[in-house]
Amino acid sequence: MKSPTSEARPHMTRNEGLIFERSAPGKCGVELPPLDVPPVAAAGALGEEFFRPDIEDFPEVSELDVVRHFTRLSTWNYGIDTGLYPLGSCTMKYNPRLHEAVARLEGVATDHPYTPESLAQGCLRILAETMRCLAEITGMDAVSLQPAAGAQGELTGLLLIRAYLESQGSPRRYVLIPDSAHGTNPASVVMSGYEVKNLKSDARGCIDLAELSTLMTGEVAALMLTNPNTLGIFEPDIRRICEIVHAKGGLVYMDGANMNALVGIARPGEFGIDVMHLNLHKTFSAPHGGGGPGSGPVGVKSLLEPYLPVPIVEQLEDGSYTLNYDRPHSIGRVRAFYGNFGMAVRALAYILAYGPAGLRQATEDAVLNANYIKARLKGTYELPYDAPSLHECVFSDRRQAARGVRTGDIAKRLIDYGFHPYTTSFPLIVSGALMIEPTESADKAELDAFIDALLSIAQEVEENPQLVLKAPHTTRVTRLDEAAAARKPVLRWKPSSRLRDWTL
Amino acid sequence: MRYLSNSDADRAAMLEAMGLGSVDDLFAPIPPELRLRDGLKVPGPLSEAEIFEFFRQASSQSAREYVSLLGAGAYHHYRPVVIDALIQRGEFLTAYTPYQAEISQGGLQAMFEFQTLIAQLTGMDIANSSLYDGSTATTEAVLMAMRLTRREQVAVARTVHPEYRQVIQTYLQHQGIHLREVPYDGTGQVDLQALDDTVNGSTAAVVVQSPNFLGLVERVPSVAEIAHRHGALLIVTVAEPLSLALVKPPSDADIVCGEAQSFGVPVAFGGPYVGFLATREQFVRQMPGRLVGQTTDTEGRRGFVLTLATREQHIRREKATSNICTSQTLMALNATIYLCLLGKKGLRMLAEHNLAKARYAAAQLTAAGGALPFSAPYFNEFVVQVPAEAEELLAALREEKILGGLELGRFYPELRSHLLVCVTEMVSRASLDRMASVYQRHCTRESPAGNVVSLSR
Ligand SMILES: Cc1ncc(COP(=O)(O)O)c(C=O)c1O
Repeated sequence: MKSPTSEARPHMTRNEGLIFERSAPGKCGVELPPLDVPPVAAAGALGEEFFRPDIEDFPEVSELDVVRHFTRLSTWNYGIDTGLYPLGSCTMKYNPRLHEAVARLEGVATDHPYTPESLAQGCLRILAETMRCLAEITGMDAVSLQPAAGAQGELTGLLLIRAYLESQGSPRRYVLIPDSAHGTNPASVVMSGYEVKNLKSDARGCIDLAELSTLMTGEVAALMLTNPNTLGIFEPDIRRICEIVHAKGGLVYMDGANMNALVGIARPGEFGIDVMHLNLHKTFSAPHGGGGPGSGPVGVKSLLEPYLPVPIVEQLEDGSYTLNYDRPHSIGRVRAFYGNFGMAVRALAYILAYGPAGLRQATEDAVLNANYIKARLKGTYELPYDAPSLHECVFSDRRQAARGVRTGDIAKRLIDYGFHPYTTSFPLIVSGALMIEPTESADKAELDAFIDALLSIAQEVEENPQLVLKAPHTTRVTRLDEAAAARKPVLRWKPSSRLRDWTL
Repeated sequence: MRYLSNSDADRAAMLEAMGLGSVDDLFAPIPPELRLRDGLKVPGPLSEAEIFEFFRQASSQSAREYVSLLGAGAYHHYRPVVIDALIQRGEFLTAYTPYQAEISQGGLQAMFEFQTLIAQLTGMDIANSSLYDGSTATTEAVLMAMRLTRREQVAVARTVHPEYRQVIQTYLQHQGIHLREVPYDGTGQVDLQALDDTVNGSTAAVVVQSPNFLGLVERVPSVAEIAHRHGALLIVTVAEPLSLALVKPPSDADIVCGEAQSFGVPVAFGGPYVGFLATREQFVRQMPGRLVGQTTDTEGRRGFVLTLATREQHIRREKATSNICTSQTLMALNATIYLCLLGKKGLRMLAEHNLAKARYAAAQLTAAGGALPFSAPYFNEFVVQVPAEAEELLAALREEKILGGLELGRFYPELRSHLLVCVTEMVSRASLDRMASVYQRHCTRESPAGNVVSLSR
């Protein structure tokens, strides 16, 4: 087998069963301080009918067992700290360790959400500063930090639109969504009580103005678009698009997942966008944590401000901060308390570190890096939409598919070269998509190694497609049987499934 | 800029390779009139030391020197240092959702363990790998029950966390669902008679919290009997899941959901936390959120993958069971590590300490003029009717550097002179004694015990 380039080499990882398989009766990983009040017999205090004598099969392990267990598991994972993580649409940029430190300061990590306001001024100030910076960066008039992730931001934004239109007489019925949109968009539309109407993209991969004009009727509440769209292409007619929607009394929602292409360069508030969300775990470097926590702040123009979720952080004349619950038009709450506060801490630290010029520089590097990849790969991989793009580029596996190799196979082979793959099979308007977003965190040397890997794989597809089809070859496990997992789901450990039944 | 990796030479080389004169050329697709002329009005750039100082100052304007008896959905428990050492490993911290299973086995296996631990604690068959928080988990459970029953009414106990109820209301307002609130009785538990009168053949689900917002353990089997008699599902939400180490799990429920923040996740001014949702095996295809399943690789070795994705938005789009995508995985890992450290014995011991401290506190506060209006059993949180103006008493406690609990009039007008007091292992006996002496000093009433009766209905 031809060995991949210098980026990766197989390396020792320790086998490790499930924590339940390490368990031995009587072990415990903590000791508590002595109880300083009289002990109470739980069965008596709670009453026999409410009393639980035991948590069956719960693990019993030492502290070192836990440390080894999770350390070993961690070595089976790939993270940004390991190397390039060019998942398109996910903006996997460097997550500064400083952010972890400041988010854990006593007083930041330890204030209870119901702390009296006079004693929570530090936390409230962090929220207020973050809201102010995000409003400035997006050009929106007000921001709510309550939504817990992008998808919840979408739902919140749509509920705001609904509340506004209701105040105008009718909530209307449909939301228009381009066929290139992320799956959360249509799912959020349904949760907000609207119906989805699909908008076919034009040959450029952009919104088709004629189609939009036809579909944009008085029954349509909003257009929900992503800009730059999921091909990384900036909607050239964005102003006109917003005018068409507004002329029919509708509003424009922008999915801001791709804001990393715009920060410091252009502001959605100036495009005509009425409401948008940001993903602090993308653009603003809150670590993704293997699937969250995220944060999906919603920014609105002033017409939607009265409807924002309660409470809103406000600054009083004396400079102190308060939580305002008295907002009669509010859509209500979308989450308990004030959102994922800890993610706001990290986003604010990010903004402070970069400052105005730095934020712009980061965007420029992100766009430069993506375009460099696109330029070097476009002779080898098919580029179905060859319009200028910003922070990401999307290829198709058409040429490789002719040899029986699909985007998912190429992705698996990239792992052998030491890289996390790109996003596969999204957006849906590209057949066999390879969606690549390097972010500003990569330097040219790393990009070159990644590009060389993809070029080399393209050659392997020609010469030895089996090598790619059976990849990855260097990982602890080979390809996993997803069909079997779904056919007969095993979603938890049970004592009957003994370790010896398995090879590790 | 210290976080950027390209050198100026790198940038120049890339531009040259593309035949471009300036990076500005790459932004040509953005119409010039939409491009920012001036810099953003945001602070910075700041060095690491300056940023640290900014947050250090903010952290000093906090309640960090206070003993806190606040609970109400966010619980202050001791966090073993091992948690932060492990969840800050870059391979966990800086990974995305595990779409590429072969290089995500660590996160996937840990989530499989989380699912198992939650199923064991709740007495359910299966659990998902997290939702945003307790409020949205409860809301997702309601939506799931509606899909399963195709009914359009929901009965929610008034003793479910008021903010959870607000979130349910926000989500359901355009789904044609009718929310009916069910009062509590003199015990402080859901009023079974009122519940029986509310639930009927159109009820999709009954939602109770246990221990409920007032700290009291609900009579789950009786509630289940009423719900099931009408063909409705029972949803039990748990905001303080440490209770599950001592309190019988709500196995009669159809969905058990809630908030796992208690398991070593910082209170952090309300988030990030970690919602969970557990249910019976037969309902798996209507569950929201990511599920990790066990499978094998081509060599027969055990491995883990995201599974049953056909429920999810990226496959099903508008027909998905939920719009959730990014969830709270790192916080679920936090909870998993915590639960493994404490384990069977530690969790039980800790729960016993909480129980004992809460009993001690209740005894001291009642001896000092407070009264316990409700008779149902409680875990580490209880309602006390205070012997003075609640606000005045709380202010006096603050003088002693004590946050004395949550004034309940904020959510329950009839409980204006009542505090919700939470006593975890973090509160010392000495603090509780100090608290009692403040009660004593401010005791203006003879005996508030007579009010117990007036609360019954
Ligand atoms: C374009 C787009 N929209 C929406 C989302 C959903 O955001 P989140 O995962 O934060 O809910 C994503 C992220 O996956 C995305 O890429």
